[in-house]
Amino acid sequence: MNSVLRGVRAFVMFWVDFVIGDDWTVAATVALALLGTWGLTRAGVIAWWLLPLAVLAITTVSLRRSVERELRHDQPG
Amino acid sequence: MNPTVLLAAFFATAIEVIEMVAIVVGVGVARSWRASLVGASAGLVVLVALVAGLGTAVRDVPLTPVRLLVGALLLVFGLQWLRKGVLRVARDGWGVGHSAPDVDSADSGERGFDWTGFVLSFKGVSLEGLEVAVIVVAFGAAAGAVGSAVVGAAAAVLVLGALGGLTYRLVARIPRRALQLFVGAMLTTFGTFWAGEGLGVAWPGDQWALLALGAVYVVAALGLLRWVRHWRRDTKHRTAQQRATSNPSPSGMHQ
Repeated sequence: MNSVLRGVRAFVMFWVDFVIGDDWTVAATVALALLGTWGLTRAGVIAWWLLPLAVLAITTVSLRRSVERELRHDQPG
Repeated sequence: MNPTVLLAAFFATAIEVIEMVAIVVGVGVARSWRASLVGASAGLVVLVALVAGLGTAVRDVPLTPVRLLVGALLLVFGLQWLRKGVLRVARDGWGVGHSAPDVDSADSGERGFDWTGFVLSFKGVSLEGLEVAVIVVAFGAAAGAVGSAVVGAAAAVLVLGALGGLTYRLVARIPRRALQLFVGAMLTTFGTFWAGEGLGVAWPGDQWALLALGAVYVVAALGLLRWVRHWRRDTKHRTAQQRATSNPSPSGMHQ
């Protein structure tokens, strides 16, 4: 039973790591952008630009946050 | 044999096969060849089973939700790699990781079988393979020449697969850090394109939008690389200034 639970846990953790990784805001932004693209497309609005724009914006924000976090960790004390 | 159907199937499937080969080679070089090839083989097995089971009804398989699922997963994973690649190249430079074991084994699956590499290749091959199957059935059934369409598609797989096999040594010469950045950009490109298609987006230029998206992401990654270096210098400078202001050291005593 324990090995089954361990297997299920490992499977869930694999997908969590695959999708979310080290910054959950990236996955959340992508999900919102997908939802927005779907909504705009259903409304008949040209929406191909939304996904690439969201990708570029969240990558920039996430990198900026990573740099600040990394340098905070590097500081002694 | 119908040469028109054969050629049409060859060229129509070539684009899908290029995408398939790019993912398998990229994942193989950047992560693990074993996982990438096992993933690709598993994708082919699922595909063959699907085609054998459904026959010409494979045309009715709903590709839209498959594209959305595979695209969204590739997009979020590709973005992780793109960010890591930018951060690491900005910190260590382009050359680190060249012809050396990967510095970060968590990204390469060195601690056993690389399931992430397996899933990436599996998804790429099964989705693109399914599209190839649909093209073959559509072209072949429309002209009453399924055999010619199958030969055309098989030729595209063989020719482009062989090209991928020949070019992998060149790709393998790219340093790991740079490869992580570029494969991340490639996965993000395919992910954006497929997820968009799955949502019913009409990409300007159709398949050519892949090239435009790839170029935009690579240029953006190179620009972000410069920004990250600048942010690092800037933040370090600010931190040093804050520390000097809060702890003024008697520098004159050392002179």
